[in-house]
Amino acid sequence: MIVLALEVEKQLGALTLAVRFQIAGGVTALFGPSGAGKTSLVNMIAGLLKPDRGSIVLDDITLFDAAKAVNLPPHRRRIGYVFQEGRLFPHLSVRQNLDYGRRMSGRPRDPTEFERVASLLGIFHLLHRRPRLLSGGERQRVAIGRALLMQPRLLLLDEPLASLDAGHKGEILPYLVRLRDEAAIPMVYVSHIAAEVRQIATSVVRLDDGCVAATGGLELLADAR
Amino acid sequence: MLDLSPAEWTAVELSLRIALVATAWALPFGIAIGWLLARAKFWGKTVLDGLVHLPLVLPPVVTGYLLLIWFGRKGPIGGFLYDHFGVIFAFRWTGAALASGVMGFPLLVRPIRLALEAIDRRLEDAAATLGANPLLVFVTVTLPLALPGIIAGVLLCFARALGEFGATITFVSNIPGETQTISAAIYTFLQIPDGDAAAGRLVVVAIVLSLAALIAAEWLGRRASARFHGE
Repeated sequence: MIVLALEVEKQLGALTLAVRFQIAGGVTALFGPSGAGKTSLVNMIAGLLKPDRGSIVLDDITLFDAAKAVNLPPHRRRIGYVFQEGRLFPHLSVRQNLDYGRRMSGRPRDPTEFERVASLLGIFHLLHRRPRLLSGGERQRVAIGRALLMQPRLLLLDEPLASLDAGHKGEILPYLVRLRDEAAIPMVYVSHIAAEVRQIATSVVRLDDGCVAATGGLELLADAR
Repeated sequence: MLDLSPAEWTAVELSLRIALVATAWALPFGIAIGWLLARAKFWGKTVLDGLVHLPLVLPPVVTGYLLLIWFGRKGPIGGFLYDHFGVIFAFRWTGAALASGVMGFPLLVRPIRLALEAIDRRLEDAAATLGANPLLVFVTVTLPLALPGIIAGVLLCFARALGEFGATITFVSNIPGETQTISAAIYTFLQIPDGDAAAGRLVVVAIVLSLAALIAAEWLGRRASARFHGE
C-alpha cells in the first residue's frame, strides 16, 4: 500500500529540485550527499516549504497540489518531524515538551500511551528537567518522543544523529530500530551516512543534485560508504 | 520615616495609578507594534518606526500640545471617543495616563521588538508541525520566549510613565487630586515659599520608586531568561 506519493519541483537558488517517488510503510531512507535537497524535500512534506509545482498525497489525503491550489498548513498535516537539532522548547519542561502535540490538538490525556513512549525511549527520569540540562542524545530521544506522541500519520527524521558525537549516535539507533519494529508508523529517515541507513532503513530513495538517482532496497548502498 | 502629608500621598497614589493604567493599556499595542516592526514587511514601516520613536526625541511640551489638539473634548479623536464611549481625557487623570503611555511607548516597543527578532523561528516551525495553529504558536512559543523583553519594556515604560512631566502638564494641567502627579507636585512645591521640605520628601519617594522599578526589571529579566538556561 502506498503511504506517500510525491511529485514536486522547486527552484532553490542554483539547485533545481525535481523529485518523484512513492513510499510504502516501514522506514524509507532519503539518502544522498549534503546539498542534494534532502532537508528541503522533508520540509515540503511537512508543509514548511512550498513547492513550485507538483503534488504531495499522504494516505489518500492531498497535502499539496499546485494545480488545484491545495496547500494544507503544517499544523493540519499531522506529520511528526524530528529535526536535526531537536528544537525542544527551551521554556518548557521535558514533560511539557512531550505533551505539546496532544495539548495543541485538544486530545485528552492518555497516560498509557505516554508511559509506553517514555519507556520505549528511556526518558522517564528526565520528565521534570529543562531541555538545556539534557545531553545531546537525551535531547534527541525527547524530540522523537514528542513527535511520536502527537500520533502522526508519518514520521520525518532529518539526520537525527547529525548533531551527536559518535558515542551518542550509538545511544539513539537502537531506539529507532525498536520504534521501527514496534510502532506501525511509516518513517522517512534523512541521512548521508550509509552505515546509519543500513541499520534502520527498509527501503532507500537515493537523491543526487535535486533528482532521484535510484529507488529500491538496501542493495542501493552497496557501493556507498 | 517619611512623613507624607495627605496631599503628598494623593500625588504618590495618583502617580502609581496613572503609570499602571498607562502601562497596562500600552502593553497590547506595544506587543502588536513590536511584532509588526520585527516580523512584518510592509510599505511605510520606516515611517511607523519613526512615529513610535517620535515621543522620545520631540520636546515633551510638543507631544502634550498635540495630544491636547487631538484628544481634547473637541479634538478629532477626543471628540469621537467622547461622543461614542463617553471617555474624557482633557484635564482628567485618564489624560495623564494617555500622555504617560505615549511617552513611555518607545521604551516599551524597543525591547519587545528586539526580543521578537532574537527568537529562533525554527521553534515556531516545530510548534506548527506539532499541530499548533498560528495563534497557538504565538501564545505558547513566541510570547513566552519574548517574555524577558516584554518584562524589560513594561518596567521601562512604567518608570518613564511614573516620571512623566512635560507632556502631562501641557495636556491635562496640574490639578491636585486629578492630574497632579509626583513630578507636578514637586514642581508646584518648588514654586511656593517653604515648599522645600515637601518637595524633598517627594523627591525621595520618586528616587525610591524609580530605583525599585529598575531593580525589579533587572531581577525579573534575569529570572525569565534563567528559565531557558536550566531551572
